[in-house]
Amino acid sequence: MNTRVATGLMLASTIALAACQKKAPEELPPPPTQTATPTPTSPTGPTVGSQQHFTDAVGVANTVVYFDTDQYNIDSEDSAKLQVQGQYFSQYPQLNFTVEGHADERGTREYNLALGERRANAAKNYLVSIGIPANRIRTVSYGKERPVALGSNESAWAQNRRAATVVIN
Amino acid sequence: MKQLFIFATALVAAPLAAQNEDLGQPIQEGGEVETVMEAEDSEGLTFTITDETALEDLGIAIPGFATDADVATPANQNGTAALGKELARVITADLRNNGLFKPTGPDALPQPSFPEINAPNWPTWSNRGAEMLVHGYVRARSDNRLTVGCYLYDMALQQQLVREGWVVQPADWRRAAHKCADLVYSRLTGESPFFDSRIAYIAETGPKDNRTKRLAIMDSDGANHRFITTGRSTALTPRYSPDYKKLSYLSYVDGNPRIYVYDIGTGRQTLVTQSDNPTFAPRWSPDGRYILYSMAVNGNTDIYRVPSTGGTPQRLTDAPGIDIGGSYSPDGSRIVFESDRSGGQQCYVMNSDGSNPRRISFFGGRCATPEWSPRGDQIAFTNSSSFNVGVMTPSGGSVRILTRGWQDEAPTWAPNGRIIQFFRTERNSGKAGLWQVDLTGENERRLPTPVDGSDPAWGPILP
Repeated sequence: MNTRVATGLMLASTIALAACQKKAPEELPPPPTQTATPTPTSPTGPTVGSQQHFTDAVGVANTVVYFDTDQYNIDSEDSAKLQVQGQYFSQYPQLNFTVEGHADERGTREYNLALGERRANAAKNYLVSIGIPANRIRTVSYGKERPVALGSNESAWAQNRRAATVVIN
Repeated sequence: MKQLFIFATALVAAPLAAQNEDLGQPIQEGGEVETVMEAEDSEGLTFTITDETALEDLGIAIPGFATDADVATPANQNGTAALGKELARVITADLRNNGLFKPTGPDALPQPSFPEINAPNWPTWSNRGAEMLVHGYVRARSDNRLTVGCYLYDMALQQQLVREGWVVQPADWRRAAHKCADLVYSRLTGESPFFDSRIAYIAETGPKDNRTKRLAIMDSDGANHRFITTGRSTALTPRYSPDYKKLSYLSYVDGNPRIYVYDIGTGRQTLVTQSDNPTFAPRWSPDGRYILYSMAVNGNTDIYRVPSTGGTPQRLTDAPGIDIGGSYSPDGSRIVFESDRSGGQQCYVMNSDGSNPRRISFFGGRCATPEWSPRGDQIAFTNSSSFNVGVMTPSGGSVRILTRGWQDEAPTWAPNGRIIQFFRTERNSGKAGLWQVDLTGENERRLPTPVDGSDPAWGPILP
């Protein structure tokens, strides 16, 4: 429980930090040579095709874009994050991935399912617009069924209105 | 379990096995209920109440039902005499819980004998503060079924107001009690019955960020509770078919949100439509011939109609935005639905072929999850600005908010259109429960469920 709260706080502060800035330059991915060393003998470290590898490469804050209440537009902060994701998926064209759309709890269940689908599609459409083939991107909506922030307040709801990119094999 | 799954895979196509993966054992439904006596001719009746507030203090004595011979029955391990008391307890709970009457049950009353059922011993029942007296009997038949008789007497007139009897399978004994409660309720209020009905809902357990959500069904009073799905996949938003033979609901069993139609008798289910797109919000037409569902294509959600036996879907809405839900008027001619085509969620009415959509909600808040009353005169909805449940006329007038929870949503009507059921979510904990409120907004109560509950769907009177 304490671990979860601590993780939540860390996540929240990371997001707050990102929100304060127009961009998130320090979240830029490390140079590919650092993580993707050509030595195949190294058994440690995340492998390409895993969520961990994706997160390490793009930075965890760049894996999720956030939306205002009832909105699904991709603003400049979102597009900066999606461009970082796009670079990664251009570099690893063998990867397919999923964009999960979510809504906060302050909406009716069925509408939120449709809203989550709309948000996932907005992120997908942006990625397609910067050159990622649509057939590599799956969307799924979880509506309000899978919150990451558990409180019932504006800050929690802001964290839950999101489209999260997840690498699948 | 794994063996069973492999066996099923060998028998049927793999996709079907996958979509059945989350289902429990098929449910054996009870048999028919046969009415064996007609209601008595109502001549000479003098007791009529039209004002519901007058009923709140109406005392009804409900002693145990008598039996002609206390014999063994599968319905009760202690025999038919004990079953007679149980019948009276169920009726008492029914009539107490809707807040209209002041019933006294069998545990606080003497037990009438079998011959007294149609000839009450009036002095026994006077001075007990009861204006009404319910008598009944239960008799085990040679074919193993039960006959249950139900009589309503007016104490002041010392006269029988109504009587009826039913033959039920032992497993259906509670239905006989609900039918008796319905008989009393209908006779005293002039309203249609509603107790002999079922509710489908989503049973919830686990932490807020990892809730297990299972499709479950129960009688209108919460009894005969059964889970349909195992909980491995999230299940949401069930709806009973009008004949109670099928359930449509949303499941993530293949990883995507899709509407399935589950056949209760066979335990098998099928997709409502063959499509890779996500589908939401299933609704049945009143005659059971059609299912409405909503489907998102490239993020845009519209409402479709498909014959419930399968066939080609017909798209009913085409406005950009989210058109979702949909609830038929009782005559099947119109559909009320929600749409954010004007910005936020609002309620609209269209003809059942999708023509002539027009907005009906202009009360200032957002309008969501509209449900047309079985009586046709009201539409229940969620005010999704304040998260309360309200009602309005089909033209959007006479808006009344009935509930005051932190988050109340998803109204569903009792079969007689007098009570609305919805679910209430608690702030922070996210715990949800099923609640009922009558049209006055004054009688509100929580319907007990074994675990948390959401997405209630009240079916019609059982066939």
